[in-house]
Amino acid sequence: MLSIKNLHASVEGKEILKGINLEIKAGEVHAIMGPNGSGKSTLSQVLAGNEAFEVTEGEVTLNGDNLLELETEERAREGIFLAFQYPVEIPGVSNLQFLRTAVNAMRKHKGEPEMNAAEFMKLAREVSKQVDLDPAFLKRGVNEGFSGGEKKRNEIMQALLLQPKLAILDETDSGLDIDALKVVSDGVNALRSADRAILMVTHYQRLLNHIVPDHVHVLAGGKIIKSGGRELALELEERGYGWLGIKDEVAAQ
Amino acid sequence: MATTDKEVKELIKREYEHGFVTEIESDTFEPGLNEDVIRRLSEIKQEPEFMLEWRLKAYRRWLEMEEPEWAHVDFPKVDYNSISYYSAPKKKEDMPQSLDEVDPELLKTYEKLGIPLHERAKLAGVAVDAVFDSVSVATTFKEPLEKAGVIFCPISEAVQKYPELVKKYLGSVVPAGDNYFAALNSAVFSDGSFVYIPKGVRCPMELSTYFRINAANTGQFERTLIVAEEGSYVSYLEGCTAPMRDENQLHAAVVELVALDDAQIKYSTVQNWYPGDENGKGGIYNFVTKRGACIGKNSKISWTQVETGSAITWKYPSCVLRGENSVGEFYSVALTHNYQQADTGTKMIHLGKNTRSTIISKGISAGRSSNAYRGLVKFGPGAEGARNFTQCDSLLIGDRCGAHTFPYIESKNKSAIVEHEATTSKVSDEQMFLCRQRGIDPEQAVSMIVNGFCKEVFKELPMEFAVEAGKLLEVSLEGSVG
Ligand SMILES: Nc1ncnc2c1ncn2[C@@H]1O[C@H](COP(=O)(O)OP(=O)(O)OP(=O)(O)O)[C@@H](O)[C@H]1O
Ligand SMILES: [Mg+2]
Repeated sequence: MLSIKNLHASVEGKEILKGINLEIKAGEVHAIMGPNGSGKSTLSQVLAGNEAFEVTEGEVTLNGDNLLELETEERAREGIFLAFQYPVEIPGVSNLQFLRTAVNAMRKHKGEPEMNAAEFMKLAREVSKQVDLDPAFLKRGVNEGFSGGEKKRNEIMQALLLQPKLAILDETDSGLDIDALKVVSDGVNALRSADRAILMVTHYQRLLNHIVPDHVHVLAGGKIIKSGGRELALELEERGYGWLGIKDEVAAQ
Repeated sequence: MATTDKEVKELIKREYEHGFVTEIESDTFEPGLNEDVIRRLSEIKQEPEFMLEWRLKAYRRWLEMEEPEWAHVDFPKVDYNSISYYSAPKKKEDMPQSLDEVDPELLKTYEKLGIPLHERAKLAGVAVDAVFDSVSVATTFKEPLEKAGVIFCPISEAVQKYPELVKKYLGSVVPAGDNYFAALNSAVFSDGSFVYIPKGVRCPMELSTYFRINAANTGQFERTLIVAEEGSYVSYLEGCTAPMRDENQLHAAVVELVALDDAQIKYSTVQNWYPGDENGKGGIYNFVTKRGACIGKNSKISWTQVETGSAITWKYPSCVLRGENSVGEFYSVALTHNYQQADTGTKMIHLGKNTRSTIISKGISAGRSSNAYRGLVKFGPGAEGARNFTQCDSLLIGDRCGAHTFPYIESKNKSAIVEHEATTSKVSDEQMFLCRQRGIDPEQAVSMIVNGFCKEVFKELPMEFAVEAGKLLEVSLEGSVG
């Protein structure tokens, strides 16, 4: 489904991604781990089309089509979803209005009729319960005054509403209490399907107890330096990143 | 930055959609202003003597006055002798007596503007007075209003039919010599609306005046007077558009509101005069004096305005809070784009005990425009326990526009309390990225964010027009990001 070849990207003239190679097939769940500042969020943002980052080399295809030449919103409509590590607030715009606008933009793209306010309200209420968010959150401004955990649940709610082909979850597990972690994991597992892929960035192997990945990759210094199965995460937890010989390299930058 | 800059160039530039000209035969005065012009105007309108005297007095005052220069705007001097002071569609005979007699061209014009006047398609629950250049061409729902005892008619008609009321209240809130533009308006005002709500009556529907400038080189000087007797209530809406023309056109209106004991007046404006093109050519100069007097105790006047049009806007709807416990409110959204300049705000003059006022101002600047809030909150010696709350928020779109806030506070009473909050924010790249990542068009994203920013004001608009105002912002914002 997603194929990344020798991807280089920089921000403000500084190279962050230094040749990423990654193949993700439909139905798979990939976990990306790695030290702080290694480029995990950058990779997520570049895939979603954030223009603050410049792709200097390499290619990315989604089901064979060149992803890099699409605008952010076009990528979204093709099924790329990014759950943000730090969701931004949009004061005064209700979550409900924001979500309906998004859902209708997708529907329009697929040639489906738009949902009216009442239809959408019903759907949104159901989905908000699925991530254990009080429907009252639908009326509040987008992420406005949400706690860290509420923001993360809100991101998963959006993924459930938009039903993407590729969901990129950037540290959706961080800052969650134990119950919330369960709720969010259940949400992500609900997304799992044979025609959908999930790429999750995490620091904690405990998430992987709930959402069992097919592949685990270690991103360090802008490159994937090791890939493996589920057991790699356990090993990382036990031994840290030192044994991979990367700590110093990252620190030196 | 990268995001927004790119969007600017890509976003389409839709043109001002009310920019058409109606081909209609008009009687238009030669440009120029002198006492004879005023006499002729008064004669055409068959005004009683007192009205002519009033106009001439205002004209003489005006001649002695200097054009103000203090507003935070910049424009070439207006040549008052190159403007025509009267233009009216040629009538078959006299004034149209019913809508059937109104020129179909005119009805079409209003229909195109979304203001159907004929019986079948009238706006539900809203009575409309349509003013075309210098005259009122039609008023809808006359009968049910008459039944309720409400007077809603062109002011030219009121001068003839209700001279006592006009004499009593005209100029009572905005005296002829109040300021340069008010004096000019008092001398040459052509038409506008008159509203009188009798004691204890709740006006059964929204009242609305729709102003349209059509003729070239014509000034529009309308005059609106609303009087709410004891315990009455009225909600009034004003809408405005003009054709696209390369020359600037002058609009200098005066609006006076009078609220007696326990009366409430809600005055809403959706102003969409032609703003000029993207290079700053053409557009309306909108120099308006709007003031309400809460004469009676427990009375209330609310101004709600959504300002998106005009090349230059100079406007400060104000409240004089004389009656005890009276309340003044000002809710404003002012959007400027391209080379538009706006200097707007309000004055809340607290004279009576326990008077209260609220000011919520939302300024949005895009393109190379300049948007200034200028507000005065004044407490007289008798304003025991008076309070004001002011909130001024500015939103910048791109980095070539400007926002300025000039709050003035004058207090002669120690017990009065003022609270002031001000914020300036930008539509951030992160917000845009979030919206686009969810599949939303950049343009729709901007208008959604701006609408969110204006929410507190929109909720004050009558339902029918809140949606309209949202759409208007959307259109006005097109091509704005950057
Ligand atoms: N907009 C930016 N301007 C400058 N530097 C940036 C920008 N965005 C990211 N970087 C830098 O790029 C590097 C990679 O950042 P990134 O956010 O991708 O790391 P990460 O792997 O997600 O880290 P974490 O685990 O802490 O979330 C960091 O050194 C960061 O400071
Ligand atoms: Mg990160």
